[in-house]
Amino acid sequence: MTNTEALIHELIEKHGKNRNALMPVLQGVVAREKFLSEDTMIAVARELDLSAADVYGTASFYTFLDTKPRGRNIIRVCKTISCHMQGKEAIIRAIEDHLLIKVGETTHDNKFTLLTANCLGWCHKGPVMLVNDEVFPSITPEKVIEIIEEFAKKTN
Amino acid sequence: MSKYMVNLKINNTPIQVEEGTTILDAAKRLNFRIPTLCNHPDLSVAGNCRVCVVEVKGARLLAASCATPVSEGMEVNTNSEKVRIARKHVLELLLSEHNADCTKCFKNGHCELQELASEYRYGDHIFIDLVKAKDKILDISSPSITRDASKCIRCQRCVRTCTELQAVSALAVVHKGDHQIISTFLNKPLNDVVCTNCGQCINRCPTGALYERNYIEDVWHAIYDPNKFVVVETAPATRVALGEDLGLEPGHRVTGKMVSALRKMGFNKVLDTDFTADLTIMEEGTELLTRLKRALVDKDETVKLPLLTSCSPGWVKFQEHMFPDLIDNLSSCKSPQQMFGALAKTYYADKVNIKAENMVVVSIMPCTAKKFECNRSEMRDSGFKDVDYVLTTRELAMMIKQAGIEFDKLEDESYDSILGESTGAAVIFGTTGGVMEAALRTAYEIITGNEVPFTNLNIQPVRGMEGVKEASIKIKNTKPEWNFLEGVELNVAVAHGLANAKQLMELVQSGKSNYHFIEVMGCPGGCIGGGGQPIPTSAEIRKRRAEAIYAEDMGKTIRKSHENPEVAEVYKEYLTHPLGHKSHELLHTHYKVRKRY
Repeated sequence: MTNTEALIHELIEKHGKNRNALMPVLQGVVAREKFLSEDTMIAVARELDLSAADVYGTASFYTFLDTKPRGRNIIRVCKTISCHMQGKEAIIRAIEDHLLIKVGETTHDNKFTLLTANCLGWCHKGPVMLVNDEVFPSITPEKVIEIIEEFAKKTN
Repeated sequence: MSKYMVNLKINNTPIQVEEGTTILDAAKRLNFRIPTLCNHPDLSVAGNCRVCVVEVKGARLLAASCATPVSEGMEVNTNSEKVRIARKHVLELLLSEHNADCTKCFKNGHCELQELASEYRYGDHIFIDLVKAKDKILDISSPSITRDASKCIRCQRCVRTCTELQAVSALAVVHKGDHQIISTFLNKPLNDVVCTNCGQCINRCPTGALYERNYIEDVWHAIYDPNKFVVVETAPATRVALGEDLGLEPGHRVTGKMVSALRKMGFNKVLDTDFTADLTIMEEGTELLTRLKRALVDKDETVKLPLLTSCSPGWVKFQEHMFPDLIDNLSSCKSPQQMFGALAKTYYADKVNIKAENMVVVSIMPCTAKKFECNRSEMRDSGFKDVDYVLTTRELAMMIKQAGIEFDKLEDESYDSILGESTGAAVIFGTTGGVMEAALRTAYEIITGNEVPFTNLNIQPVRGMEGVKEASIKIKNTKPEWNFLEGVELNVAVAHGLANAKQLMELVQSGKSNYHFIEVMGCPGGCIGGGGQPIPTSAEIRKRRAEAIYAEDMGKTIRKSHENPEVAEVYKEYLTHPLGHKSHELLHTHYKVRKRY
């Protein structure tokens, strides 16, 4: 059994072996592996007696259930209007220049993926950024590099 | 118990209907037609196309009539100004994302969206055309089904069909918002996923997003080629449905006209798949008896029972994907279509003195999975592709029109011989329960020498549209060679539609069933409801086609497969006996385990 299969078993043990378990199982896999591979979706479908297309349909509906390979830390910069007006472009540029990747790409060391997100609900403290599950409000191009470096240090 | 009745008014006309009735159905009863696209009588309610909106007095928003139940005192307007404007916008929005190249579309003239557009005559384009902006998939990977996403209006009838009726879910709704499409697992080609090619999605697609891979030009080409001897075979269920695409009512039997039309189109010989349906009964019936003997007399524990029928290629592929552990329970008999092809290019080619390489076998089928089946690598036992082209009932109707034949004015004609004679038992292959009934008529008589104990040979328990049917027949007064079956209760089951089949297979898998023989047809209603049959389909239409099938059976002088004189002749001249050496070579096959994922 691969690590992923073991994880899926563990998650099904916890959430049950029925269709209702699909979302929490997929979320559980993404929490650890950052994305859902073809093999993962097949394994989940098999365990829950669903069709693979069904699992893919659910996964592709949710932006946070990625089906493309992602780095170990996912940076999401809010791209919606309030953050745009408060300078999200400069934030994105600073990250791109620092990590040498464009939005949608992953660094060569697989430590970071840079994405944008729709409104995170922090309009009063924009621009805002999410790294994995952590929110960073009122960021500046300088501050953002510090935050990323902190994460880089924690990720070996 | 009488249900609670609700009073309401539709377009100022009062009506009383049962609680729970939708506005759409209530309006239908008053003969007010409300247009629909996502709604289908065989499927659950989706309410996503919004074309059926109506105005309900006092409600702030328009209601989707297919998804709104009636309530006491409700006042509905199905054609107010507000409704018309909304419908116009809904249609315009759908068309703004629809590749409306109608003149080039295979569904031209058979498209519900086109019909509505023509009905409402909306000339102006008030919304931006989004077709070009989207990355559309044209999937021609399957030999059965073509999928053109540029025509899709995302009504999800296909998704509901694949899930609710067929329990396959090869198609799903993927992505969201303006990126939403109907697709397969990771957008893989249809031929690479669990699709059984049943074509039920095609029967319900309101546009040209799903249609059969058509071979019309190939067949014309073969007919026009002076060096080719083109033989055509027609399936049982085509003769009770073809008329629907040529201006006749459902349930009209057009066997003689169909034969006449095929001859006029230029086929060299017009033969009948019903002949090989009778042959299938001889082979499969013998296979059943052999398995029973091995189980009961030889106490052979390896023998696989229940025996499962193998006529329906959609069902066979379903089994290969979903229940690989039951794959050896499938009868090794090829389907009647493929038995026909294998015999045509061997026995028959010799008989008519034509080289097999110059023979083209075309089959007319109510089925899209047959197109896949004839392309299977196992189906070349004659040394050639046994069946060259499969046309659906719909494609045949198109070709008849192209040929300028006035179908309703044709005189009835008869099939050519040999491989043209058939019995009532073969005709009923076309509806659910038919193969079972035909097999029982023959098997019972082989075992006992007496006719099966049902009035007029009509085995009622296996007839009708119930999803899973069961019957038990006690075998009495056996012939000496079959005395091991004396007093045995023969338990059979019948399922149609793959969701029902799945349920039945799960029961078999659990070991809790005691069936000896199970018939499964992939499509709801059996072949009469096949994926290649005229569109639309509904329970009522399928019922009428089934009635026509049974009428055709009653009209036959011979109604038992083993009494088909041509079948006897082929055994005498060529095959020797059922399950003989030649039969094994030409009429039987094997299956392969396919991945479910």
